[in-house]
Amino acid sequence: MAIRRGRGVAAINYPTGMNLGGDPSQALVHSTPTGNFMVTLSSVDLGQGLKQVMAQICAETIGVKTEQVIIDTADTDTGPHCMGTFASRGTHRIGNAVIQAAKEARQVMLEVAAEALEVDAGDLDTDGEGNIHVKGAPQKAISIFDTALMAHFKLGRSISGRGMFLVPRSYPEVETGAMKPSTCYAHACTVAEVEVDDETGEVTVVSVKNVFEIGRALNPKMVEQQLVGGSWMGMSHALYETTEPYYPSRDHAGVDFNEYLMPGPGDLPQTEIVVLERPAADGPYGAKGPGEMCANPQIPALANAVFDAVGVRIDTMPITPERVLRALKQQRAG
Amino acid sequence: MKLAKSYFADQRKDDLRELGQGLQRADVPGHVTGKTAYFADRTFPGMLYLKMVRSPHHHARIRSIDLSEAERHPGVHRILTHKDIPHNLYTVLILIQVGPEDEHVLAEDKVRWKGEAVVAVLADSERAASEAAARVKIDYEVLPAVLDIEAALAPGAPVVNEHHGQNHYMYDSGPSRKVRFGDVAKGFAEADHVLEQTYWSSPIEQAPMETTGCIVTPDGNDRFTCYTNTQAMFFTLDNTSIILQMPGHKLHLVGGTVGGGFGGKVDVTVEPIAILAAKLTGRPVSFIYSRYEEMQVSSPRAAEKIVLKDGVMKDGRIVARQVWGYTDAGAYSRHSPYGAQKGAAHYPGPYTIPNVWVDTWCVYTNRTPSSAMRGFGVTIADFALEVQMDKLARLIGMDPLEFRFVNAYRDGDMKAHRQETTGAALIECMQEASRVASWPVAEKYMNMSSYRES
Repeated sequence: MAIRRGRGVAAINYPTGMNLGGDPSQALVHSTPTGNFMVTLSSVDLGQGLKQVMAQICAETIGVKTEQVIIDTADTDTGPHCMGTFASRGTHRIGNAVIQAAKEARQVMLEVAAEALEVDAGDLDTDGEGNIHVKGAPQKAISIFDTALMAHFKLGRSISGRGMFLVPRSYPEVETGAMKPSTCYAHACTVAEVEVDDETGEVTVVSVKNVFEIGRALNPKMVEQQLVGGSWMGMSHALYETTEPYYPSRDHAGVDFNEYLMPGPGDLPQTEIVVLERPAADGPYGAKGPGEMCANPQIPALANAVFDAVGVRIDTMPITPERVLRALKQQRAG
Repeated sequence: MKLAKSYFADQRKDDLRELGQGLQRADVPGHVTGKTAYFADRTFPGMLYLKMVRSPHHHARIRSIDLSEAERHPGVHRILTHKDIPHNLYTVLILIQVGPEDEHVLAEDKVRWKGEAVVAVLADSERAASEAAARVKIDYEVLPAVLDIEAALAPGAPVVNEHHGQNHYMYDSGPSRKVRFGDVAKGFAEADHVLEQTYWSSPIEQAPMETTGCIVTPDGNDRFTCYTNTQAMFFTLDNTSIILQMPGHKLHLVGGTVGGGFGGKVDVTVEPIAILAAKLTGRPVSFIYSRYEEMQVSSPRAAEKIVLKDGVMKDGRIVARQVWGYTDAGAYSRHSPYGAQKGAAHYPGPYTIPNVWVDTWCVYTNRTPSSAMRGFGVTIADFALEVQMDKLARLIGMDPLEFRFVNAYRDGDMKAHRQETTGAALIECMQEASRVASWPVAEKYMNMSSYRES
């Protein structure tokens, strides 16, 4: 009886957005009298940081600092329609809607500044520090603060914009299944290393090395939090979790976090994340949706690592010590 | 985390100012100091608590319901049954024309899974609501139950859900969503080896920290405000509007600060009944799942059975792949017909295979309805596909990572669902994994690219 080491690999892709499209989202952007920007949505932040990403996308597009953007979301009396937060669609769909709304607002803002500076709006640019200036002549400038005041109190113009993003719905062809499920795909390759105790069937995860291609890392810290969390969730799915350990029997169902097993801090392996960026043609600043994809490749990588370690295939999830031990006993029985 | 900037550098302009920065989230200080308000942090005077009486049987006919003792229980304000629901038969995907309506908000003549809602008790306290719920007497005639995919599809199996008529969803393409590409029979005939394997998974729970729930206030002007942790505001509003036969302008949903969803909060299970209760009582109503309900009543990820049959050549090329995927939807559709269909679109994985045949089924059983979860329709498929890839590589004596390079999709390759591949990056992910994990592969694979020379 021994501790045996093995490693496994898995490579996957994952579609961004609702399968077959047909899932719109809208955004509205307007400026306050002093040149801060409100983004109004009905989208839901599940804790992953959707509001922060939308603020950064709006700020990038209008040309202001992120802290000048406020996200007002998830009130159906004020926010325009959003299909919802699921299917790795938030950043891609809502981000595109925010870009469209922010572009429209930026155009009005530049037109107002153009009137103040007596130039063409097309000759103006933002410096990202709160000013609008003539391209090539940074001394000829007006602050966004003053531009917004002028729009409100002198010109009577609304610095605002409307945004909408919809991937048209695709209907599968009945006989062949010809269809357009998604416009872009994220990718991953994971290598997992395990130790398997061939006396107890227990699997200890030594390391999980993940490479993710996500289009564009719009906020790398938040990308990291989501990818690391996803990696742990994938590991938990592979080795720990089920509401019904003896499916199809409904016995032994976990009813709380004492009975429903998940890894604790001491069970977590060395987790490495590498991010590649191949911008999506229709992504907001190239971004794809990595939210779901990042929890998938660990599962088969771990299953393959268990086989590499002890030579048994567990083709039923989750890979519990009981299943490993039963397979080992069968292997020894020849 | 490392950003590996050398890959695809020709496709990016690194000219972003606010994006590409690891700015701290504006909401994080509130989260970590306990100051963020979640829906359940609200309390209102005179609030009632809703407790559901649920089926103890997998499948049973309801002979009678006796509310008399529960109604006399101190603190009980009102008890709702199916007769109180304006449009009791519903299905959430009706909003995108995926019917038929197949589920009752509160059970009428039958229960089809252990945990199905039958009676809703409203009382002045959670304790009174729970005690009264225990005093509701329901007389059941227990019926034979179907608990797994194979039993459900066996000839002569009891019908789980009469609204479907048979124990599987009926797509416009028939009992399964089909993908047909090339000629798999010819591919298997030409292959050096054929490997057929079956994979299974058990249901798993999304396990959010915050359980599903909502609090509703009647606003005095015939409108109702619902504080909710749904993942989809208007999806919930529009379904509620149908179920309650109440125009959408009477509904005001407030949400957007959620303690984890992972797909577990896209079914519309608490809002309609809670809004109805607020309307009928004129009082604020709180309906929040207990941890038990979150674990055993709210929809888990489906159990799946996946059969993969592959034809492979000695040089590593996969020449045919046939897939039979079965999703255990439980007793009702919810989002499962969508999930099974998403699986059909996902096969045969990120590989270019000339002959592909896919059938994905959405199967009904007398189990807790399954529904969306992170990776919906794909996670278990990837488990099966990537374990199968490992087996195939070992079958022909190839390194498992090199075997994937041989078959990896690249720009311009035609997928089984007849879309040309664009923006592929699988090869580069594998190259970087080879470097990071010190898993060497032959030079020719490290020189590959997802781009096609043109």
